[in-house]
Order: sequence, then structure tokens, then C-alpha cells
Amino acid sequence: MSEQTTELITAFLMIIGTFFMFVSAVGVVKMPDLFMRMSSSTKSATMGVTFVLLSAVVYFSDDFGSASRIVAVIVFVFITAPVAAHMIGRAGYFSGSELWHRTVVDELETRHDADRLPLRRALDAEDRINPDKISTGLYEQIQRSEEEKPSTSD
Amino acid sequence: MALNDLALYVILPALVIAILLVLIRLASGPTVTDRVIALDLLTTLGIGVIAVYAIATDQPVFLDVAVVLALIAFLGTVAFAYYLEKRD
Repeated sequence: MSEQTTELITAFLMIIGTFFMFVSAVGVVKMPDLFMRMSSSTKSATMGVTFVLLSAVVYFSDDFGSASRIVAVIVFVFITAPVAAHMIGRAGYFSGSELWHRTVVDELETRHDADRLPLRRALDAEDRINPDKISTGLYEQIQRSEEEKPSTSD
Repeated sequence: MALNDLALYVILPALVIAILLVLIRLASGPTVTDRVIALDLLTTLGIGVIAVYAIATDQPVFLDVAVVLALIAFLGTVAFAYYLEKRD
């Protein structure tokens, strides 16, 4: 690969990655509740940093040691970002973060006992045997929220 | 070289503006959890800045810092989340 081609690809990947990272920063400032902020900070930032690191892989592709190290960082970020986001979201939910006032459905609400902080050992035995029960609860929740909400067709 | 100029005068300023935006959320975040998210994003942006700076200066040595920062960021976030959950 000629030097100019390498630089062109590097610049292209770098610009894409920076765009996604910038969008995630804007999302963290502008989004209305914790979980939307988390969604923007996790997904978009992971994609952005992946593209920027890929541009570094292309740029340092002559030096195998550096390139493989950056690939390791990409893999590591891809593995850890969802885990970290899951843990923060869980902690935020149980430490009483408000949901946005127009949130349609809260799937955890029916399964979570606020008296005992730990997630009500998720599905108890009955629910595990009879999964219809959970989906019914969810369905009713959606129905209820649609009744409360004024019609959006107009 | 053109790539240096692009990295130094376009990419890095954009990332710095992004970091400043995240700092707004870090200062104003209504709950502790918002601040933890802002810190998490801050370290992710830091990894990006280090990678771009390594390209701009043509020094692959800086990428070692990115490796360490990625490891530390995960540990810090998990520790914060664990603390928030067990706090009360």
C-alpha cells in the first residue's frame, strides 16, 4: 500500500471516529434521563473510539508490535464497554434514578421489589415455569401507558 | 505533512470540545450516577485523544498509555457501580 493511500484511509477513519465521539458527548449533555445518556455514551463512544483506533492500526501497520497492541485495545473496549454500562445502569436504577416522564415501558418495574434493594432474585420459580405471566404483565403495562398517553395520530 | 495538520488542527480541537461538553455534565449531573457516566466517557475520549496524538507525532510509544487507560477505565467504572449499589 502506498504511503498516500495509507494516509487517506487513516484520515477518513479518524474523521468518522471523531464524529461519533463528538455525537456521544453531545448526547450526554442533551439527553433527558440517565439511561438515555448512558446509551449515547456507551454505544456511540465505543464506535467512535474503535474507528480512531482502527485509523491508528492503519497508520502504524508497518510496525506489527504497535498495530497488534491497538487491536488488543479495540477488543478490550468491545468486551468491557457493555459490562460497565450494564453495571452503571443497574446501580442507577436501584439508587432511584428518575425515568423520563414520557417513558413508555419499564420492564424491570414489575419484577423489582423496592423494599429489598437487590433485584428481587429476578424471576421466582413460578415465573420461570410460566413465562406467560411476565409477558402479560408487560403487555398490560404497555396498554396502560398507551391509554394514559393522548393519541399521537394528530 | 497533511495528516499531522488534520490531526492537530481539526481532530484534536473537536475532541477537546467534546471533552468540555462532557465536563459540563460532570459538573452539573443531577445524580452521582450521571457523573460516573461522564467520567467513563471522559476516559474513552482520552483513549481517542492519545491515539490521535500518537498519529500526529508519529510516536507509537504513546499507544501503551491507551492500553493502560482502557484497563483503568473499566476497573474504575465497575468499582463506582459496585459502590453505588451497595451504598445504602
